Amino acid sequence: MAQPLVKKDDDRDDEADYSPFLGIEKGAVLQEARVFNDPQLDPRRCSQVITKLLYLLNQGETFTKVEATEVFFAVTKLFQSKDIGLRRMVYVMIKELSPSADEVIIVTSSLMKDMTSKTDMYRANAIRVLCRITDGTLLTQIERYLKQAIVDKNPVVASAALVSGIHLLQTNPEIVKRWSNEVQEAVQSRAALVQFHALALLHQIRQNDRLAVNKLVSSLTKGSVRSPLAQCLLIRYTSQVIRESANTQAGDRPFYDFLEGCLRHKAEMVIFEAARAITELNGVTSRELTPAITVLQLFLSSSKPVLRFAAVRTLNKVAMTHPMAVTNCNIDMESLISDQNRSIATLAITTLLKTGNESSVDRLMKQITNFMSDIADEFKIVVVEAIRSLCLKFPLKHRSLMNFLSNILREEGGFEYKKAIVDSIVILIRDIPEAKETGLLHLCEFIEDCEFTYLSTQILHFLGIEGPKTSDPNKYIRYIYNRVHLENATVRAAAVSTLAKFGAMVDTLKPRIFVLLRRCLFDNDDEVRDRATLYLNTLGGDGTVVQTSDDVKEFLFGSLDIPLVNLENSLKNYEPSEESFDINSVPREVKTKPLAEKKAPGKKPTGLGAPPAGPPSTVDAYEKLLSSIPEFANFGKLFKSSAPAELTEAETEYAVNVVKHIFDGHVVFQYNCTNTIPEQLLENVTVIVDASEAEEFAEVASKPLRSLPYDSPGQTFVAFEKPEGIPAVGKFSNMLRFIVKEVDPSTGEAEDDGVEDEYQLEELEVVAADYMLKVGVSNFRNAWESMGADCERVDEYGLGPRESLAEAVNAVIDLLGMQPCEGTEVVPNNSRSHTCLLSGVYIGNIKVLVRLQFGLDGPKDVAMKLAVRSEDEAVSDAIHEIVASG
Amino acid sequence: MDSCPCIKNIILLDSEGNRVAVKYYSDEWPTNSAKEAFEKALFSKTQKTNARTEAEIAMFENHIIVYKFVQDLHFFVTGAEGENELILVTVLQGFFDAVGLLLRGNVDKKEALENLDLILLCLDEIVDGGVILETDANAIAGKVASHSVDAAAPLSEQTISQALATAREHLARSLLK
Repeated sequence: MAQPLVKKDDDRDDEADYSPFLGIEKGAVLQEARVFNDPQLDPRRCSQVITKLLYLLNQGETFTKVEATEVFFAVTKLFQSKDIGLRRMVYVMIKELSPSADEVIIVTSSLMKDMTSKTDMYRANAIRVLCRITDGTLLTQIERYLKQAIVDKNPVVASAALVSGIHLLQTNPEIVKRWSNEVQEAVQSRAALVQFHALALLHQIRQNDRLAVNKLVSSLTKGSVRSPLAQCLLIRYTSQVIRESANTQAGDRPFYDFLEGCLRHKAEMVIFEAARAITELNGVTSRELTPAITVLQLFLSSSKPVLRFAAVRTLNKVAMTHPMAVTNCNIDMESLISDQNRSIATLAITTLLKTGNESSVDRLMKQITNFMSDIADEFKIVVVEAIRSLCLKFPLKHRSLMNFLSNILREEGGFEYKKAIVDSIVILIRDIPEAKETGLLHLCEFIEDCEFTYLSTQILHFLGIEGPKTSDPNKYIRYIYNRVHLENATVRAAAVSTLAKFGAMVDTLKPRIFVLLRRCLFDNDDEVRDRATLYLNTLGGDGTVVQTSDDVKEFLFGSLDIPLVNLENSLKNYEPSEESFDINSVPREVKTKPLAEKKAPGKKPTGLGAPPAGPPSTVDAYEKLLSSIPEFANFGKLFKSSAPAELTEAETEYAVNVVKHIFDGHVVFQYNCTNTIPEQLLENVTVIVDASEAEEFAEVASKPLRSLPYDSPGQTFVAFEKPEGIPAVGKFSNMLRFIVKEVDPSTGEAEDDGVEDEYQLEELEVVAADYMLKVGVSNFRNAWESMGADCERVDEYGLGPRESLAEAVNAVIDLLGMQPCEGTEVVPNNSRSHTCLLSGVYIGNIKVLVRLQFGLDGPKDVAMKLAVRSEDEAVSDAIHEIVASG
Repeated sequence: MDSCPCIKNIILLDSEGNRVAVKYYSDEWPTNSAKEAFEKALFSKTQKTNARTEAEIAMFENHIIVYKFVQDLHFFVTGAEGENELILVTVLQGFFDAVGLLLRGNVDKKEALENLDLILLCLDEIVDGGVILETDANAIAGKVASHSVDAAAPLSEQTISQALATAREHLARSLLK
């Protein structure tokens, strides 16, 4: 039996855990509910039983259908009682039970009686209950009362009807829409919350009618809205109107004054809502932002954590798009680093990392170091990611940032956190050449004491690729070999592979590597022993130190270009016999998987997931591909390969794109062709190039594609000779020529006879930018100074009317094909002038640096000052030539 | 787009993370176990913070949560990620102060459980299906208590009007601080 719900003041002290519901049990309470049926109701007792029932439901107890029905019928008996308190509990209980349609009918009349009662509390609650449990048919019966209730003198009744209207609009919109006159009247109510509820409902009724919303907003923004909540709503609707109104560039934004006025409201809720709305305006200008930032800055030093959080969260978002606007708050923000609330501290840090300038980095890092030790991993990951992007922004600061990363790497932390740090270090090593050696050493130290096998193997793999290219590969060997002694089999095997890579790349290390690998032959794990044996044989570990052949290098470093699924299938099908397994027999095409198996397009792999990927490897791949074609083998070193340019419209029969490969004295066009017609097989595919508009080029070779089956891309090449070292330009028109054969779709076999056919492709152009390699420098100023002014050429150009400064800057960057440095390709909104720094390597391996100064001259005209420094004045002149003719 | 401020749940836990009273307005937590998991995570995440003088705030599983503790009771209000934090805290404060008024300043788990009917009615008066109904503590407590004045049997030796007087005094004191 459950404890009765009474106060027991006496045993309060001896029993700390005392609860009036101790030992409560569903069956017993359901039994107790029989008191509801007593002819002489005891309101107090009944209230207690309902409370117990509600307690059970609240604790997650569920009633069976039968139990619920029984309780519901019993509860309906309680309408006989005149006790107001009991009636309130009855209302709550009915809502909790959410009765079915046939049960609802039982209480409808009682509730409708209460709805027309003289007691306000009855009216308000009966409306809420009835609207909660009712369906459409009943609603038409009570509609009249609801409309009256909306304009009821009593605010509680009016609010009850309006809020019910908001819910009913989801299920019975056509009925609720008929109430708009009453709702309109309620918007003018003197009661604050009635106004709020009426405004919310009215907007929802009219939300699809843009004109009506517009009218609503313009009338209310002039008048006075009493409740802060209603004012917040109005701000939301206003920014919606601003968003939807056609973006008129010139002149003031409509309603901006209203939003700004709200910044001086007396309720903080409204001030914040307005400030946030302003920061989220499309294309907000710094002038518009300033007042909003100012109030948010005041919030930053509030004593209330919620205000500080709201402000710093909003500023954090602003910092992504307008970092300059937030810098004024940096001092307040820095004091938040030590905030008790870790969410606030993390947001403050990441904001500072976004807005900070190069000089503040060191100070910031010191503060963060103190902070890192006492926050949760999830926050730490956010900070690590912010630091990574900061480091990419200020490569000069890599030393202190890298130190910070290595310090936190040594501290305690979970896998995700450690992985975030390692990923960041890997990315920094890849993007900032100066950071490579220190970064690798940090990683080496980390694997000395790393508990995560995954991270250890990934780092070892990465070391194998990057380590041999450093100035002193020798120093990594100890770290790697230590793993062979101290780790589990997986890591040991990875370490063996890494050792082999060092052996292959660095001849001086070979004898020592062989000694180490031979020791691994006695490992107690099969995989480790097998790898050691394999590498010893491929590297020629019989004692003689020979130059490692390209085949071996390919084996060690090359990526497996066979889909693993196919390899797995082939290996399963392979039957042991005299004939050894031939890896070349594995099909390379991936069978189109059923849709269900397709992985969602994941994030671009970053960090360890894809260490050797990225632009350099595509160049390597092209180089390998071209040198394998005898006709092109003697062209020398590949200088640059362009990005593929489409020569056909999307969704045509044949898709062709072209990659331009620039050599010193030659140009090779690589046409990547795809046949998209299943019923056709193309053979002997060539591209006929007309170079009549490219006088300096002469065709020297062409390599046709033997066969182009459906949906498996192939390449055909055409090579041109051009004057050595001269950046010749020209236009080429292209025609795809081939023999087409019909394919029987059922058997997949092609007919013997084919027809010759042609297909017109778009023109392609060799432009000056093709002779420029995008090579960044980490410190432009140093590079500029050290280059000296000997070969400097400066001139000014008028670029004519342009859409915007940003457009002009991008056009010049594209024209020159150079790498923008230090993020200067981004033009801040509304600026009148901009300086852009570019660097690159011109054909003949000549370093070029360019400083561009743009200015708006008149309303749209852009003027540009171009300063070029390079190692050769002829090249400096050539750059000017490009701009002058472009 | 629903631009009306929306409350996802109001949660009242004890100092061990057990439920005293909860009300969910969003169907993001379809089962009781999902709700309990959320409460447990919420409790362990906020447990160590000091939310006794001022309401605190946390971001958690794409929700904004504002919370305040008193004695062995932990009050939480959850809203969507993009919600105006100050609106949420107004709701929290309304709930918190109304409970204070209704329990005559003796706000602890024991008192709350003994007057669970008042707490449940209080929740019922603050938010209706996610829409904010009332945020003024005096108005909420007034609506919850009004019926009891008429009721024949007061819940304790003290009458409710006395109780309200004490509570008001308590509120006035806290305002003067």
